[in-house]
Amino acid sequence: MKTELRSAPVRPGAASGTRPRPRVPSRFVPVLATFALFLATFGAGSLRYEGFASGQVVANLFIDNTFLIVLAVGMTFVILTGGIDLSVGSVVALSTMVTASGLQAGWPVPVVILAVLALGSVFGLLMGLVIHYFDIQPFIVTLAGMFLARGLCFVIDVESISIKNETFRDLATGIIELPGGVSITYGVVVALLVVAVAVYVLHQTRFGRTVYAVGGSESSAMLMGLSTARVKVGVYAISGFCSALGGLLFALYMLSGYGLHAVGMELQAIAAVVVGGTLLTGGAGYVLGSVIGVLMLGTIQTIISFEGTLSSWWTMIVVGVLLLVFIVMQRAILRRQARH
Amino acid sequence: MTETLSAAPPAATAEPIVDMRGISIEFPGVKALQDVDFRLFPGEVHALMGENGAGKSTLIKALTGVYSVDSGVTRLAGRPVTFSGPAAAQDAGISTVYQEVNLCTNLTVAENILLGREPRRFGAIDARAMRVRAAELLDRIGLDIDPVSVLGSHPIAVQQLVAIARAVAVDSHVLVLDEPTSSLDSDEVAELFRTMRVLRDNGVAILFVTHFIDQVYEISDRMTVLRNGRLVGEYATAELSRIGLVSAMIGRELGELEEVERLATHDTAERSAPPVLRAKGLGRSGAIEPFDLEINPGEVVGLAGLLGSGRTELARLLFGADRADSGRVEVGGNPLHLRGPRTAIAAGIAFCSEDRKGEGLIPDLSVRDNLVLAMQAARGWTRPIPRRVKNELVESYLETLDIRPRDPDALIRNLSGGNQQKVLLARWLVTKPKLLILDEPTRGIDVGAKAQIQKLVAELAAEGLAIVFISAELEEVVRISDRIVVLRDRRKVAELAGPDVGVDEVMDLIASGEPERERAAS
Repeated sequence: MKTELRSAPVRPGAASGTRPRPRVPSRFVPVLATFALFLATFGAGSLRYEGFASGQVVANLFIDNTFLIVLAVGMTFVILTGGIDLSVGSVVALSTMVTASGLQAGWPVPVVILAVLALGSVFGLLMGLVIHYFDIQPFIVTLAGMFLARGLCFVIDVESISIKNETFRDLATGIIELPGGVSITYGVVVALLVVAVAVYVLHQTRFGRTVYAVGGSESSAMLMGLSTARVKVGVYAISGFCSALGGLLFALYMLSGYGLHAVGMELQAIAAVVVGGTLLTGGAGYVLGSVIGVLMLGTIQTIISFEGTLSSWWTMIVVGVLLLVFIVMQRAILRRQARH
Repeated sequence: MTETLSAAPPAATAEPIVDMRGISIEFPGVKALQDVDFRLFPGEVHALMGENGAGKSTLIKALTGVYSVDSGVTRLAGRPVTFSGPAAAQDAGISTVYQEVNLCTNLTVAENILLGREPRRFGAIDARAMRVRAAELLDRIGLDIDPVSVLGSHPIAVQQLVAIARAVAVDSHVLVLDEPTSSLDSDEVAELFRTMRVLRDNGVAILFVTHFIDQVYEISDRMTVLRNGRLVGEYATAELSRIGLVSAMIGRELGELEEVERLATHDTAERSAPPVLRAKGLGRSGAIEPFDLEINPGEVVGLAGLLGSGRTELARLLFGADRADSGRVEVGGNPLHLRGPRTAIAAGIAFCSEDRKGEGLIPDLSVRDNLVLAMQAARGWTRPIPRRVKNELVESYLETLDIRPRDPDALIRNLSGGNQQKVLLARWLVTKPKLLILDEPTRGIDVGAKAQIQKLVAELAAEGLAIVFISAELEEVVRISDRIVVLRDRRKVAELAGPDVGVDEVMDLIASGEPERERAAS
């Protein structure tokens, strides 16, 4: 006979059955917090400045950040698996460069678009393969990718190339009229489409759920017989594709290709994802959170430009503080969960 | 409960579903399995028995495709198979539930059960069908939880049952349960066994690993015993007595266990020296209420209490791992301001954590390196220990503690749980502490190693070391301790001393929180 001492038998159902009141599941808290903060910031701007609370200001948040939204979507996939992709800013620059020089050389627009998207995807895929099969830290592999892509820009040209292609310029300047006198660019439609597809993939497909599983516990996912290899490589290919698409949107926005475009944009994307409530350790977060994160960054920039007298450096200071607050908040939530 | 009394397994007549022949696996420095045969028949519960380090886990991992074998053949339903990984084994109908829950705590219960084979509609996951299917499967194993709740919000025991629901979800012919009961309470174990019987009667072959001998006799039809990586034999459970099983497992007679009992109850009389440690009003809000405690040289003080009663919290306060917010500590008669583990170590206090994997050992270093770690830290990094001294030291501890394999260069991760525990113990012993705090040193360790560790504790105390001994197994605490501190709801409720303290008395205190005598008086 063995006298094993344990706490009183807990009925398996007891924990979930006696929930005191319906409340927001804690996994939504970071996203909702970001959303509340976004509304508060926007509200503050509306109170302070005439004409801030207009539909067009909201539309502009999207128009000025299409590329960042797309980058943040790709980054969300990577970070959900517990990885990181530092190459995205450089791939954006490389994409603008390939676009500009391709158009300059007289390639048709569809060919340029397909070439850029293929290039970005393959670039991401290769990094993913190295990360997975050689078991190297994503940080260092994508850091190498970052330097490589940035360097390749200057192999194409050291100067900025402006885009003069008529079709491309039409795409860039074309607007869609929405009711209420609000207009958006084609880029916004593309970005929103990407977000919609990403939400679908992450929540409705086996690939997407495996992304979360790998981020939760890679060894468990492996022992559960899930295809971790495909997911780990796949997210970098997705991020590469998103970077290339972000590059195309950036080229539409700037109408030029330049090796010094999008310097540090990878960090903005990471900041948006983290502010959007995704855990850097992986396994928890939402694409919509990342979108709100981008809008949050955009709102701060808008406020600073409305203020007029503030230097744009204030954006960085505010973003820095926000990041810190969010990371601390996430940690606090995790601690509280652990205590239960 | 309606239970079908199943007939004896068709061992002689039917074909085995799993037939492993001459399996050998070698890791650097360790022969984990040598020429082992194993047969598993449809419709039986087969217990795989052996001490820690006998090769049970290795055999299971060979069967489930986690390890590849160096030699030997595995046949599944008569056909030779080699699995490239757990996924391949799963596809072939072998499902495994591991001792540590290998699920994703960030996903929902339903997802954890069905991930990889979710019901889909037009390529997308059909969330409703998934919920329904998961609820069916949970119902089948008698678990009443919300399928869309997040797995991490449930206790480990429930997570373990969810893992079993996942294993049941595949139509598997072979179900491997690797110590599934180590985190379950008795009701949950009964629940699990009921599920196992249902599956067995449906023709599933179940391989069951556990350390609890009672459970083996309750559930299993046949068993295979391993020892030191070799096959001892294959038995029908009904034909092997418990004593027979234990001696087959440990390969020696049971005298050693009884010897411990005699060793442990040594005298607690004359003491002139000051206590090694004296705590007055020591406490930390939310962890443990203020308590007084004295520990004398050569004394084993046992901490008894339920899980969550403050056993570990008390130990962590003594070691300075958590900072006390009231009270004071004296070591050897002098007040000591416990700022953290470093101060405690400097004062001669050693602490073996209950989480030996997470907080104690470094799995990728050799036995030798792990052993000298604490000693090197105590000497300071500028004074390396000469290799010769190191070797002598390591050899002597390998010898005294009977650490197997007796190879200082073997990697810790390749050692069994019991042997890892001994290395951890040795690591603190080389620093020559005055007070040794052992938090669950025998958890997850088989009978033989347990007896050895208990004996060791008694011997160390006889040499004058003061020991705080924490264990969930009350009998162990009673047997080994000179004095027992009883904890209840984060409060010290009593201190019992003397040779006539019995398990019942301690149990009573834990249950009621007051001594029997006082209750009788009131």
